[in-house]
Amino acid sequence: MRRQGATGEEIVEALIANSATFEKKTSFSQEKYKLKKQKKYAPKVLLRRPFARSICEAYFKKNPARIGFLRVDTLSLLLSMGNVAANSDVLVVDMAGGLLTGAVAERLGGTGYVCNTCIGDSPYPMDIVRIFNFSNEICKSIVRASVSDVTSQSETSEQSDQLESACNMEIQSNEQKSSSVSMEDISLSSENGVSDLILEANHSPVNKISKSHKVGEKASQETLKLWKENGFSSMIVVAPELDPWSFVKDLLPLLSYSAPFAIYHQYLQPLATCMHSLQVRKMAIGLQISEPWLREYQVLPSRTHPCMQMSGCGGYILSGTRTATNASSQQ
Amino acid sequence: MLPTDPTKKISFTRCIKEGDLVIVYERHDCMKAVKVCQNSAFQNRFGAFKHSDWIGKPFGSMVFSNKGGFVYLLAPTPELWTLVLSHRTQILYIADISFVIMYLELVPGCLVLESGTGSGSLTTSLARAVAPTGHVYTFDFHEQRAASAREDFERTGVSSFVTVGVRDIQGQGFPDEFSGLADSIFLDLPQPWLAIPSAKKMLKQDGILCSFSPCIEQVQRSCESLRLNFTDIRTFEILLRTYEIRQWRADCGQGTGGGSAGSIRHKRKQHLIEGSGEKENPNNSTVMARPNGEARGHTGYLTFARLKCLS
Repeated sequence: MRRQGATGEEIVEALIANSATFEKKTSFSQEKYKLKKQKKYAPKVLLRRPFARSICEAYFKKNPARIGFLRVDTLSLLLSMGNVAANSDVLVVDMAGGLLTGAVAERLGGTGYVCNTCIGDSPYPMDIVRIFNFSNEICKSIVRASVSDVTSQSETSEQSDQLESACNMEIQSNEQKSSSVSMEDISLSSENGVSDLILEANHSPVNKISKSHKVGEKASQETLKLWKENGFSSMIVVAPELDPWSFVKDLLPLLSYSAPFAIYHQYLQPLATCMHSLQVRKMAIGLQISEPWLREYQVLPSRTHPCMQMSGCGGYILSGTRTATNASSQQ
Repeated sequence: MLPTDPTKKISFTRCIKEGDLVIVYERHDCMKAVKVCQNSAFQNRFGAFKHSDWIGKPFGSMVFSNKGGFVYLLAPTPELWTLVLSHRTQILYIADISFVIMYLELVPGCLVLESGTGSGSLTTSLARAVAPTGHVYTFDFHEQRAASAREDFERTGVSSFVTVGVRDIQGQGFPDEFSGLADSIFLDLPQPWLAIPSAKKMLKQDGILCSFSPCIEQVQRSCESLRLNFTDIRTFEILLRTYEIRQWRADCGQGTGGGSAGSIRHKRKQHLIEGSGEKENPNNSTVMARPNGEARGHTGYLTFARLKCLS
């Protein structure tokens, strides 16, 4: 029928007419059948403005490995525990493809900085930041710096120049965010979820005032100096493949005194050892390991209950506050 | 509290001054908010702490009492404030707060309407999310509570981003002056469905509403009312499970109870560790984690909805 050019609605009608069991179904069941067939033959797609929550949900559903299995409630906790606010300087270790960097930048609103740092030599990919469709102002607040840059504040070396050319990305950004257009019905077909978002980011609306701005430029010497003098306001780590303690001990001294931090991991054990090490060395207090639990509900007349499907694990978070350590209190 | 004021922003160079709000940290479950005053002293079971000792020290410092006990002094954040504020009503905690802010898609510059203010726990975090260019207009029908909330916002330094009004939102709805201007609305009311028609008028195109209700019957009624003008209606429940850690030292024989079973277990464990040739861990100890015995079972249901656009 499709080849003959029949519309989706017509196909669904035909399926219902030909179905042997349709008449015998209850009205609830008929509704369910119809929706299922509609989804397959007459998909309706809704364009939405990209925001951290929808981007995270889309990736978690379609390709969670890319974002380190970071669930949306876990991401929201990281942002709160990391005290992300305008005018903050947030240090991030982002191995979630840029999702964390983007989410922090969104909450900074163009003020302050997100410093995306990497453990080792090769910078982590930040492709997902493009999907946020940020304005120039916000793009400028996203910078990269290697751990050595921030700790020793060395002069630009050849190595860091290579880093810069490797990770600069051209981004088409507009002054206005693309507004959402609502179709007649609201079914964001999940198969199209992620590709729709990417589509939206690439097909910038007709507005021709598009400047390209590079996200993830190397932090300037001035900025590095500022961070060295004042320290970072907070730190958020999403490095599900690494052992946290191995690098947290080097990064924590970069934070201002009394700055909060949040470390995400897929597994509990590495966080437990990290927490213990921090406690023993009195580097942080208010340490807590939390595991978020999220359940969605279906609310319909006489059919209200939690959804049948649920995510089993959103990972674990170690949060705490950095203490003002002097040489004397360190053993 | 918010880094929008550069003089207040925490940094290596910023020290505690007279008039600052500090969070006195005794233990992770025992903290107090204290305003620093040159001639005051803070008393607790560890002794007396003179505020004058605190002035000039950086936040995050360990300070001592006259008896040699100590506490830490932390810079206030909305998270710490939620844990120390005085409860005039039941409050929202970090799990619900962080999820709400994420799902309401709040960024600096947004205009948020809230009712009821309660003890201002969520309000403080909303202020952080929208500062410095946005604003939170929060309403409570209880005049005394509204006044206490105003005082708290002054104390924590967020009052330039929060306006508290005394109003019965269920009966009167939100003020007309906000029509079509709100990016997001948060409702924590006993009968939120009464406020939903007004919320519809207040929200911008594609604006988001959130309603927090402890009871499922409230949720059902709210959803029914939302279906008319809202879309993407989703209801969630979020909880946090916390873990405690303990170090298990095999050589100290820190096993469960006495008896031969215990000592055999610990000998075996020692043997195993020696066998694997662990040189890096001379203490032969592992850190174990387990969930805390006390857990919160329920706070409330969060229902989110987006205003339908009429094309």
